[in-house]
Amino acid sequence: MSGGSRATLRQKEPLPDVALPAPRGLGRAKARPSLRQGAELTLLLGPALVLFVGFVLVPIGVAVYYSLYNWQGFGPLTDFIGFGNYRRALSDPVFQHAIWHNLIIAGLSLLIQLPLSIGIALLLNRKMRGRNFLRLVVFAPYVLSSAVTAVTWMLMLQPGGFIDQLFKGVGLGSWVHAWLADTHLVLYTIFLVATWQYMGFGIVLLLAGLQGIPHELREAAALDGATAWQTTRQVTLPLLGPTIRIWIFLSMIGSLQLFDLVWIMTGGGPAGASTTMATYLIDKGFRSYEFGYGSAVAVVLFVICFVFALLYQRFALRRDTAGALTRMVR
Amino acid sequence: MNFQGAQPCTANVTVANGRREGLTAIEGRHYGDATVTNYRRYSDNFRNQARGTLARAPVRMCGSLPEGTLMISGTKRTRIAAVSLVAVAAMGLAACSSSGNSGGSTNNSTPPPGGTSSSSGGGGSSSSPASNEPVTLTWWHNANNDPGKSAFQKVADDYHAAHPNVTFKVQPIQNEDIKTKIPIALQGTPPDIFQQWGGGALATQLQSGKIADLTSDVSSWIDQLGKSASGWAVDGKQYGVPYDYHVVGFWYRTDLFQKAGISEPPATFDDLLTDIGKLKAAGIAPISVGGKDKWPDAFYWENFVLKECPKDVITSSLDAKKMDDPCFIKAGEDLKKLLDAKPFNDGFLGTPAQQGAGSSAGLLANGKAAMELQGDWEMAVMPSLTQDKDFASKMGWFPFPSVSGGKGEPGAALGGGDGFSCSTKAPAVCADFLKYLTSAQVESDLVKANAITIPSNAGAVSAITDPTLKKVQTYLQGVTYNQLYFDQALPTNVGNAVNDAVANFFAGQGTPADIAGAAAKAASQ
Repeated sequence: MSGGSRATLRQKEPLPDVALPAPRGLGRAKARPSLRQGAELTLLLGPALVLFVGFVLVPIGVAVYYSLYNWQGFGPLTDFIGFGNYRRALSDPVFQHAIWHNLIIAGLSLLIQLPLSIGIALLLNRKMRGRNFLRLVVFAPYVLSSAVTAVTWMLMLQPGGFIDQLFKGVGLGSWVHAWLADTHLVLYTIFLVATWQYMGFGIVLLLAGLQGIPHELREAAALDGATAWQTTRQVTLPLLGPTIRIWIFLSMIGSLQLFDLVWIMTGGGPAGASTTMATYLIDKGFRSYEFGYGSAVAVVLFVICFVFALLYQRFALRRDTAGALTRMVR
Repeated sequence: MNFQGAQPCTANVTVANGRREGLTAIEGRHYGDATVTNYRRYSDNFRNQARGTLARAPVRMCGSLPEGTLMISGTKRTRIAAVSLVAVAAMGLAACSSSGNSGGSTNNSTPPPGGTSSSSGGGGSSSSPASNEPVTLTWWHNANNDPGKSAFQKVADDYHAAHPNVTFKVQPIQNEDIKTKIPIALQGTPPDIFQQWGGGALATQLQSGKIADLTSDVSSWIDQLGKSASGWAVDGKQYGVPYDYHVVGFWYRTDLFQKAGISEPPATFDDLLTDIGKLKAAGIAPISVGGKDKWPDAFYWENFVLKECPKDVITSSLDAKKMDDPCFIKAGEDLKKLLDAKPFNDGFLGTPAQQGAGSSAGLLANGKAAMELQGDWEMAVMPSLTQDKDFASKMGWFPFPSVSGGKGEPGAALGGGDGFSCSTKAPAVCADFLKYLTSAQVESDLVKANAITIPSNAGAVSAITDPTLKKVQTYLQGVTYNQLYFDQALPTNVGNAVNDAVANFFAGQGTPADIAGAAAKAASQ
């Protein structure tokens, strides 16, 4: 959005009094409460603001600054190379592949995880025996830290490991592959593990959304003669829209930042076949001590996520979060 | 899908923290793995850093979840459910780790870094030489597990007993952590004594200007550590002191060799290829390699380089970070010949070096592979990866076989070592302590305590008892030179680029020329 449109918006929809500084020259009667309000604001916002500026904005700024230098992490920054690091990153085939890998994961999440999550959530929303237990089971993987998940799956996916034994045990020995060692397969293996870990969270999210849908609406639809499918399609899913949009948002951001599973299970290998933007950044920054270059990659990753988040909020989440996240954006 | 930034408020945090402590396996690394239990498999630091980097997803989900839907809410029943869930998860983990016979089980014993002391910087700052005024030495080392941890503590205690004015703040730090902590400390306040692996990484760290030049302090006694101590010198100045050395060679299973009808270990590359054929015919995976970690791959190429290239070519090429001599390409072609024989374990591209029974070390320890090209530390890595208490008696060792027509020195070996540096602000007594630490007596004690394998001080060699390790030590003593691993000899980013290129070659990508050109390409960036 441009500054101009923001200004007009501000005129159209003024901020509440609280957020405006007290104009000068007003009478004492008005000045006093606004002084108090100012103090309240300082008190309540101050600590959070300090943290936000100190641990979010400043590091981003510093990363941008580092990214303009060829710097190994020691001594002063002297070797200014302008946008050299960015040129190098964007022309490095490994990083290009890393971006592509992130996009594949994001796409697969939409195509596979989302329908699957909605389906399971719809099932778990029905009244049935053992529903709470099933919900617990579905959510369980998410409770494990990603490191535990990654190590466990790595051991299970090793040649001759649990997964291979399982396939052989049920007579599917021909399905056995080098899950983490095949350059054509490894990304999809990681996607499956990520699905295993994170789908439970999505399902719980969707269940929450489902519970927010008034039962009366479905009853009314049933009274009007709608079939179960029609009710789901015409009533439930549209009302689940906000939750699904939030799910997509979180899923995309998570996919773009995918790191820990990959780092532990494959380190981005073999031959860069599972490298993501984040593993590439850690590999270059902390393993090779190319802190300047790593910062440039971090900035690129940040910009991609940031632009996606802005666009998504502007065009998809606007209705859902009106009055909250995007107050100023119409 | 990956909701790293959005943690549900109640459920995840405590549980995750409970787990996070130990089970973060990333990879072992060879340099620091001198001590018997110091093979490093976990690395919290990358994860934590990553968490810092990645925790930017701005949405918190806490508010938007109705309470009932989260399994772990306030009611008693669900809390019990949550607890049992955690218990089940923990049991699952335990089961996993015992069946995998790795990771988890040893992890539990990993103490948090800094068990002995919590201060990170500080230390004594009075630098008046040889006085009796009290000083404190902060000491960072990577032996965060016993026996190394207690052995080093004892060294500090003994020195304190002899010099009551010198007190130590010993801080054992996990190996992968210490590699990140030292560079960061060098940007601020470094500890007085810290782990140092020498080579190009030392040269990189010197840019900080905070590593003490020990040349005059050590000149009278550095000779007893042999010529390899020059790995801790830059431009003729000694910036560190090694306390043990490493050498890379083939560990092999005598029982499997026998089964395949091989009477003695291969002496030439052609013999090796023949033996690979015999082992394959006998249904045995000839060689295990930890391709996931990349550096084990690089050991092969580097050894071929040592066989193909004369010493001065290697030295000057590493100095120039440019490997344009044809012998480097020849080494790549040798490697191609080896890869074409398909000698490696199934799925070696994804095999970790030291983590779990399915790692390259685990495969060897469990008799699932017949050979592995690794450092002397491998004997210390394997015990926890197998249930075979007797595996050590089945292990043999032979140096990397010769390559016919190669112009390299026959007596060249690939290796490295562990040492310590002093910071510029460290009290003068620091150098004297390093002298004490590397004395024949103390190093003998460290060998006997299984804290180090091959001592740097020749006077401590007699303390080695294991016959195979003795053989390794004898070999190391006889080599004409022990070339530092390339990725340590080169600046870190260049060394990693070489490792990456070799690892790609293992995966069937790139050419011998790409490997040889990787260093120059990375150095120019």
